[in-house]
Amino acid sequence: MLQGYIPVLVVLMVASVVAVAPLVLGYLIGPRHPDKEKRSPYECGFDPFEDARLRFDVRYYLVAILFIIFDLEIAFLFPWAVALEDLGLAGMAVMGVFLAILVIGFVYEWRKGALEWE
Amino acid sequence: MEALWQSIPESIRLITLSLMKFGLVLSVLLLAVAYMTYAERKVLGWMQLRFGPNRVGYRGLLQPIADGLKLLAKELIFPEKSDRFLFIIAPVLSFVPALAAWVIMPFGENMYIADIDAGLLFVLALTSFAVYGVLLAGWSSNSKYALLGALRAGAQMVAYEIAMGFALVGVVMAAGSLNMKDIVLAQEGNLLHWYWLPMLPLFIVYWISGIAETNRTPFDVVEGESEIVAGFHVEYSGMMFAVFFLAEYANMILISALISTLFLGGWYSPFHGMGLGLLSASGLHWWMLKVTFFLFVYLWSRATFPRFRYDQIMRLGWKAFLPVTIVWLTVESIAIIFGLGPWFEGLI
Repeated sequence: MLQGYIPVLVVLMVASVVAVAPLVLGYLIGPRHPDKEKRSPYECGFDPFEDARLRFDVRYYLVAILFIIFDLEIAFLFPWAVALEDLGLAGMAVMGVFLAILVIGFVYEWRKGALEWE
Repeated sequence: MEALWQSIPESIRLITLSLMKFGLVLSVLLLAVAYMTYAERKVLGWMQLRFGPNRVGYRGLLQPIADGLKLLAKELIFPEKSDRFLFIIAPVLSFVPALAAWVIMPFGENMYIADIDAGLLFVLALTSFAVYGVLLAGWSSNSKYALLGALRAGAQMVAYEIAMGFALVGVVMAAGSLNMKDIVLAQEGNLLHWYWLPMLPLFIVYWISGIAETNRTPFDVVEGESEIVAGFHVEYSGMMFAVFFLAEYANMILISALISTLFLGGWYSPFHGMGLGLLSASGLHWWMLKVTFFLFVYLWSRATFPRFRYDQIMRLGWKAFLPVTIVWLTVESIAIIFGLGPWFEGLI
């Protein structure tokens, strides 16, 4: 049964080789004359100030958390959608309840302003 | 010859066959990627009343090859204090999924590399990987522009991935399968039998999210050359930049291929079963025509639309697409219960 996945494994390996090959070729063929100016991070020609690993807006974390919730929801929806014909009306109703709860959560987020970017 | 082939163990036969098939797909794909860059510059040129590249070879047809050779001869620069390992692995991480996802793509009823039951799930998993490439590239470069670009890209891609996922749930509900081939077979028929019609909102959401996922205009604040220079790949040079570039175009082709397969009936002719002779004949050429159409729309929208502001992008993703998809999944489930033809058979 898992035999159908052999091509997937083969393709993943070939794709990795194809993606790494240009990097190796570029490293071998291209010149190598690094100096301090060339290696300094680009900041429009100025000397870079401070480190680039700086603090950033907390809203990015918020988006990531919201993403996890909704992506999990999609993960739940997929098997349900495949088996829809066998589940029938009862399955439909159960998922309706599940979605309704999620929509309440979504409305709450919206009203709380978690989705605002000014 | 046949006897010799049969004498090889089955797993080796399978590996050889899939290597050959993928080799064919890969060479066509890489050629398409190279000439997509050429097509983009030509189409943009024509739309702006310019010529586009026309110096290298006949009408500039050798331009992509010249570009490739130039990038090959350039130095790979590793910025100071960058995380070497992540810096190198990031372009690879964004390129591999764009190539590997083709393994489940059905090109015809008997034309595919692998016919696996969880095909769509596999695609979803692989396309999610693109975020890692972008985030790691931005963080490992030790550059402020790269970090900002990567953060924007991460939040944007993640937001639109949800809309894309929901749109795909609609397709799975209608087809009752995650197998790509079964999804196309379930759409058998002419233009009106394909899933774009009963799922028009999901189709539109999927397409626009596809543009946002690949960070193309009008959703390219990630690159935003007028504010954060080139975003997550400022610090990349030579072939490392080229791999990012190839990944972007390979992803565009992948999204176009996916939408043609999932919503526009794959290899079926729009006149299927209408008795129009050659015009009604389904085949690979129809699939290619559909993919080409979507690729052209990519270029067309780049020439037409101004860039969205970042807050507008996030608003569209969370506050417009997400509600639309949830509402349409509800509408679709009602349509499925009552068996709205010709797409659904009905549960009662």
